[in-house]
Amino acid sequence: MRSRIYGRLGDRVFTTVLVALGGAVMLIAALMAWELWSGGAEAFRAFGFWGFTLGREWDVVAGRFGAWPFLLGTVLTSAVALGLAFLPSLAAAIAIAEYAPRWLGEVVAYLIDLLAALPSVVYGLWGIFVLVPLVRDHLEQPLFLWSAAHAPALMGLLGPPTGIGLLSAVLVLALMIIPYSSSLARDAIRLVPREQREAMYALGATRWEVVRRVVLPYARGGIFAGVILALARALGETMAVTMLIGNGHQLPFSAFGPAATMASVIANEFAEADGGLQLSSLLAVGFLLFLLSLLVNVAADWVLRRMAVGEGQK
Amino acid sequence: MKKSLIAALFLAGLAFAGGVTLNGAGATFPYPLYAKYFSEYHKLTGVRVNYQSIGSGGGIRQLFAQTVHFGASDAPLTDEKLAEFESKFGTPVVHVPTALGAVVPVYNVTGVNEPLNFSGGVLAGIFLGEIRKWNDPAIAELNPGVKLPPLPITVVHRSDGSGTTYIWTEYLAKVSPDWRRRVGAGKSVSWPVGLGGKGNEGVSGLVRQVPGAIGYAELAYALQNKIAYGAVQNRSGKFVLADLDSVRAAAELPDFPADTRVSLTDTPAPDGYPIASFTWILVYRDLDRNRAVRSKAEAEALARLLDWIIHDGQKYNPALNYAALPGVAVRASEANLAGLRYRGEALTGR
Repeated sequence: MRSRIYGRLGDRVFTTVLVALGGAVMLIAALMAWELWSGGAEAFRAFGFWGFTLGREWDVVAGRFGAWPFLLGTVLTSAVALGLAFLPSLAAAIAIAEYAPRWLGEVVAYLIDLLAALPSVVYGLWGIFVLVPLVRDHLEQPLFLWSAAHAPALMGLLGPPTGIGLLSAVLVLALMIIPYSSSLARDAIRLVPREQREAMYALGATRWEVVRRVVLPYARGGIFAGVILALARALGETMAVTMLIGNGHQLPFSAFGPAATMASVIANEFAEADGGLQLSSLLAVGFLLFLLSLLVNVAADWVLRRMAVGEGQK
Repeated sequence: MKKSLIAALFLAGLAFAGGVTLNGAGATFPYPLYAKYFSEYHKLTGVRVNYQSIGSGGGIRQLFAQTVHFGASDAPLTDEKLAEFESKFGTPVVHVPTALGAVVPVYNVTGVNEPLNFSGGVLAGIFLGEIRKWNDPAIAELNPGVKLPPLPITVVHRSDGSGTTYIWTEYLAKVSPDWRRRVGAGKSVSWPVGLGGKGNEGVSGLVRQVPGAIGYAELAYALQNKIAYGAVQNRSGKFVLADLDSVRAAAELPDFPADTRVSLTDTPAPDGYPIASFTWILVYRDLDRNRAVRSKAEAEALARLLDWIIHDGQKYNPALNYAALPGVAVRASEANLAGLRYRGEALTGR
């Protein structure tokens, strides 16, 4: 009797369920892409795919829409935030896994993971009430005044020192994605086999040499996966960025000035878009965001595969 | 036994109440007021009204999709949109005003405690980025005796599409040809300068955080949160500080249009505040054309609800910082509600 439960019928049922669930995930993703595409089709038809993607104007009154400022805003904020967050999160992972005493490491790891559990609106509020005045008074205004006195050419690049804008949004975004890259890096570092390290120590290596020559090369796949997860998080982050970025529809050409991201413009305008071209344009922006995320993931997959190949050759 | 008795009583209670549930969706601005209306009306009649404050645009979309009995909007339907309803469903949409709101300029100028005076031209200049400092002669001229600091002006606007932005930009477009040409009026516009904040709370939060900032917010929001705001010069040259009386006065027009789709910005009323507007509930005139209205009983409940709102319901407006409808608007709405139909039959309004 017992064996029959694990027999052919059970296997078949289990396989069917698994395939159905796996297929459903792909189907849902495909349906989402299709819905966004068909919803945005009107905008793509009106301006052309590239015309819409590279269009610099978003003027609801005149009925002219282009996603370029938002595309650029999303890429810029995510990339810079990732750049800012990468070293600190890697350093935190190494410190926790390799250097800190066990109890301290666990406390710090717990606190970093807690950062991921905070709702993004809390980050936004903290940004508005704590970070913005700080950035404005101690970073932007001194820099702005200095450039006014010594390098007037820079002033246009810096933009108005109000505290609300690209810089604050990037800083908060960087803080938000640290736990993602850090915790994956930490796990990857912990998975490095003991024998590898011991062999290195036996050769007379210092702790830093072990980290650099053995741990990091061995764990790089996991570290990179964490970076990709963080990037995906940054691309889609909406609330905190919307609250801090200043929501300007111009191209994000100044460091302190307002900008907008694809997610923020959708969050801002969707509720009051009463049909027609504006709604379609917002859905088209959603489609572009979907495309961008897909591209990032495909690229990440490709890099990860290459890394694995590299490891095999060693 | 006991349980089934209770269940039977409960069902009987529902049946007694008619079991009528009306669904509406739309504007967020009057949401606190509508919540009050509908809870009072439920106590009074047993009719349940669900209202989802998803935004005016969403309300119009849902009304078009026929998922709700009524929509609600801060801006009247455009002529094109009305024609779209008319051609698709063969019925006009009736606008029923419920309350008046206003939009006020809020600012953060260090060392200025008295309310500042603004004119339409000056506000347009500021929001176009042409007036850049608080001690600009154009502002100083309107505020004799006020010591204005040489602080740069930071413009703050709504980043989300909103009826508030519509009223504000419509006013600026009426008083400034430059604004009309370069920006225009809409729920979200292409702002020449400034930072965007989400919602009234976003704008007033930014204004509080940035010295030298100026933005705009709903009067009800400013009153509830005790935010200082400026006076605006109306068409008769008077500087009017918005309050419930001056907002209501804005709608005292001699030639009030029958469909109540009237813009009150830059009102000719001598004591009226110039940046005011109605907020409307929208229903199909031929209610049977709306798939959401499933029976004559529902259509009648809806007509009675609307009738109650424009009469008895109005007494809840002032306490929640909304101006009550003036007589002209109530009379126009009475006539419009009398025109509601279900399969061609008139509905017993009251």
